[in-house]
Amino acid sequence: MMLNTDGLSAQQIAQAVTDRKLSALDATEAALARIAAHDTVLNSFTDVTANRARATAKAIDAKIAAGEKVGPLAGVPFAVKNLFDVKGLATRAGSKINRDLAPASRDATLIERMEAAGAVLVGALNMGEYAYDFTGENVHDGPSRNPHDPTRMSGGSSGGSGSAVGGALVPIALGSDTNGSIRVPSSFCGIFGLKPTYGRLSRARSFPFVASLDHLGPLARNVGDLALAYDTMQGPDADDAACTTRPVEPVTSLLAKGIDGLRVAVAGGYFQKNVFPEAVEAISRVTKALDATTTVELHEAARARAAAYVITTTEGASLHLDRLRKRPNDFDPAVRDRLIAGAMVPAPLVDRAQKFRRWYRAKVLELFKSVDVIIAPATPCIAPKLGQVNFVLDGVELPVRANIGIHTQPISFIGLPVVAVPVPLEPMPIGVQIIAAPWREDIALRVAHALERMGVAAALAPRGLL
Amino acid sequence: MTTENPLDDYIDAVAKALALPVEEAWRPAVRANLEVSLRLARLVDEFPLPDETEPASIYTV
Repeated sequence: MMLNTDGLSAQQIAQAVTDRKLSALDATEAALARIAAHDTVLNSFTDVTANRARATAKAIDAKIAAGEKVGPLAGVPFAVKNLFDVKGLATRAGSKINRDLAPASRDATLIERMEAAGAVLVGALNMGEYAYDFTGENVHDGPSRNPHDPTRMSGGSSGGSGSAVGGALVPIALGSDTNGSIRVPSSFCGIFGLKPTYGRLSRARSFPFVASLDHLGPLARNVGDLALAYDTMQGPDADDAACTTRPVEPVTSLLAKGIDGLRVAVAGGYFQKNVFPEAVEAISRVTKALDATTTVELHEAARARAAAYVITTTEGASLHLDRLRKRPNDFDPAVRDRLIAGAMVPAPLVDRAQKFRRWYRAKVLELFKSVDVIIAPATPCIAPKLGQVNFVLDGVELPVRANIGIHTQPISFIGLPVVAVPVPLEPMPIGVQIIAAPWREDIALRVAHALERMGVAAALAPRGLL
Repeated sequence: MTTENPLDDYIDAVAKALALPVEEAWRPAVRANLEVSLRLARLVDEFPLPDETEPASIYTV
């Protein structure tokens, strides 16, 4: 009898496959069946690579039958944001325009590393156009939907990644994060997401957005799976100029070390403003569980967010300049108009934003002399309704889109590693950022693991699909 | 072209310099986005930095 894989973690699937209690093909078929059953609601997949997945799974089963060693992700289904190159598919990056590109001739580095460890790619995932998005909405493919309430946003721009993992269609997805695009959907969809240190994971053969801010990383339903995927994908890569040459620093075996001795502080000032009560409650639960009584100020965080905005809009405009000239009507109009405006920001202001960035980085790094971890909201609110334009906070009406990423932007601006952990509030989950010093993903993941063990952080079953 | 908003003259000039199309129907949204970008850029501009400050265009740590 086939083992039911619904709800199994990546580690459990890999163990069952390795122990011959489950075939990789059965695990793959189960994922394909879940996608067929639920993605009509979630709209998280834009491509289901069923034939490829079956072939990959059969190859793993053949290796096991031959007594060969298989990797730690043997038979684990996963999917990638559709800005990753998938051999044979045009890398659409959420756009209409890129569908005219030639099919990719080779997979992205991170897909190659996941599959070398035995994972099985089952498809590519919906996303906001060209990753310039926090909502998960897409005018070409329709919105990816929240697995806990399909009338709500998944968050973006890795919206399909959040929706597919939150909906338990796959245990692991890969996404990208320029200003918050892993952490925001993790928060809204109630799952764990890792934005590693800038330069840690290779971006080779993924469609860029803002070169100096782009990160790739995993999303998962538990910290063990998140760490395992992260460990699998580490390593230098000459095909990404920003990828570090530091040696691989595995974290999975460190999770059980716990958090004794770690100095945990909560971010004050800017990070305690413009938050809804649910974000306050989530921070309160996390800080209480971690016994975090210290508050630290990330000075000039508002200015950091402003500088990240300026760099994003101008670098993004530079990337798309020729497409804006030749095919302006094929963009999402909202993205197009933002990018055209970005092209018009005077160069000295961009240079000053980059110089401010170095100043701000130095100031924030000083904080890590006295603390190991900083806690901050991932989003100011739970997932808004699809199409929602404004929300009212402290009696003031504010635009939703512009404010979703206000707490993530000052952190990715200087490349710090962050784990977004889901706090399972009712009626909707919300995420909290666990922020560590550069290259200390291990610390952020240990804290996330501790919160998971205490029951403070958890990815709940997708209530919108029951 | 006569416009009421001074930013429109700037938009026209830069659009011409960069050979970017800006249809009239898009102009209000482009202007609104540019106003936000310039407001945030001014926030950065106001911050005094030493002349020796290096940019961090590729951020490494």
